[in-house]
Amino acid sequence: MEEEKVIEVKNLSKHFGKFKAVDDISFDVKKGEVFGFLGANGAGKTTAIKMLTGIWSSTSGQATVAGFDINKNRNKLKENIGYMSQKFSLYEDLTFKENVRFYGGIYGLSNKEIKLKTEEMIEHLELDNIQNTMISDIPLGWKQKIAFSVAVIHRPKIVFLDEPTSGVDPITRRQFWDLIYETAESGITVFVTTHYMDEAEYCDRISMMVQGRIEALGSLDELLTKHQAKNMDEVFVKLAR
Amino acid sequence: MRPILFIMPVMQLVVLSYSADFTVTNINIYVEDHDHSSMSQALTQKIAMSDYFNLIEVGNSYDEAYQMVEKNKVDVILTIPQNFSKNMHSAQPTEISIFADAINGTKAGISLNYLQNIIAQFSLEEIEKTGIQMQIPGIETNKRDWYNPDLNYKFFMVPGILVLLVTIIALFLSGMNIVREKEIGTIEQLNVTPIRKYQFIIGKLLPFLIIGMIEFTIGLIIALFWFKVPFEGNFFLIYGFTILYLILILGMGMFISTITSSQQQALFLAWFFMVIFILMSGLFTPIESMPIWAQNFTLFNPIRYYVEVIRLVMLKGSGISNILMHVSAVAGSAILINVMAMISYKKTA
Repeated sequence: MEEEKVIEVKNLSKHFGKFKAVDDISFDVKKGEVFGFLGANGAGKTTAIKMLTGIWSSTSGQATVAGFDINKNRNKLKENIGYMSQKFSLYEDLTFKENVRFYGGIYGLSNKEIKLKTEEMIEHLELDNIQNTMISDIPLGWKQKIAFSVAVIHRPKIVFLDEPTSGVDPITRRQFWDLIYETAESGITVFVTTHYMDEAEYCDRISMMVQGRIEALGSLDELLTKHQAKNMDEVFVKLAR
Repeated sequence: MRPILFIMPVMQLVVLSYSADFTVTNINIYVEDHDHSSMSQALTQKIAMSDYFNLIEVGNSYDEAYQMVEKNKVDVILTIPQNFSKNMHSAQPTEISIFADAINGTKAGISLNYLQNIIAQFSLEEIEKTGIQMQIPGIETNKRDWYNPDLNYKFFMVPGILVLLVTIIALFLSGMNIVREKEIGTIEQLNVTPIRKYQFIIGKLLPFLIIGMIEFTIGLIIALFWFKVPFEGNFFLIYGFTILYLILILGMGMFISTITSSQQQALFLAWFFMVIFILMSGLFTPIESMPIWAQNFTLFNPIRYYVEVIRLVMLKGSGISNILMHVSAVAGSAILINVMAMISYKKTA
């Protein structure tokens, strides 16, 4: 069971004219893993995620996510993944409860399940006092945690997080990573992009993208030994050069 | 977007200046001639030769003439009585009746004036020619305004303005909507969910349709009870047509929303269409007075159809058979534009 693959990518590319945003990448992600997808801004992380989540079509190559081909079986694929984007993804002019009802509805949860989920989240994220507050009036850190919980409301096989912690204070980042671990332990694979190199050290395995290509892939220890570095910052600087 | 910035004002200036013409021309007239004399034909000729009238038909059936007014094909009926020529020759006063479709009171008033002038002139010429010795003009006109006998201009304008308000609300609400989701980023979140395109479009249409209908109902109540606009037709007909029309306008808004990337762009496009549609709708200036190319242009204008329908149904009491053309035009375009919106909304790029 350990070898069950949730994502399989083979020679995937996305070109915009002559520009190769994603250039022939291949990798696998195993079930229950926290997979760190690293790279500088503009390295092609977001483009790769958009292909894997079925928002953009690929130029060439193949990939399956949660067992579904990203170009052929998009609706099935989308039922089985969660996604939290760089841009804030909840409706700011709705309350927490209304957002949960809306997204729960889209994923086909019954009213009973939605009610159950809502209570679970209120308890887990301590939302007692803000459950009926407009999302726009809630602090950013809290919003991100809510957004994450909403992204996994339908218990997907895998959740994609695109820079979930950018602009968030260190304490909230730490709390956010606790949430990520809990989620991974419950069996949902986590695919996370970040440009904070210290966050990479929380991941089971890390890939490093540089100019559309994957230049390094492995566990933290493997990468540190291979590149003879003390931390991920150094690895990054060496690879990006 | 950039070329539109320059093409738009030029196009609007040229097109709209022609359409926003307040002079009344091309008045459609039916001459109901019961006299069949050379004199009645001469009068008919004189009217047909004038710059203002289009002679649609000369006949002797009141029913036929009335039907044509009902169908909006005739604006004015001129009735020449049986003994017109005889009376003129024997220097008896004779009476000509004019019936005008007075839904547009101003147009009816101007039409009657034109017609009375022509008749007065004709009568003078005839008196001169035949040497009938009469001091008073030989012809008296008896005019009657139909549908809006008091020539209350509000009866004509209020339903039309109601159309405008409903259109603006619907177009702007839907036009700003999807593009707003693009701006705040929620569209991306929706695109990774298994939501189907048709579900998405219906979800966007339905709330605005309901808002539009409520808006329309409030406006209708004000029109009926505050402005005392008569309601001659069928409520179900006007509500049914309004729903159809709103689906069309919401589809347009949706389409604008899917092809633009910011609310400013959407607003810009929506206004572009609104200004043209409003001024070329026949709301303020009669379509019949526009040049032919402009008249053809109005066939693609949804507001034109709705303005006509609401006036026909409310003031004339027209039934479905009289507005079949409008219904099919609006239904056809509603389907077309919504399909276009559905196609151009891409969940996958």
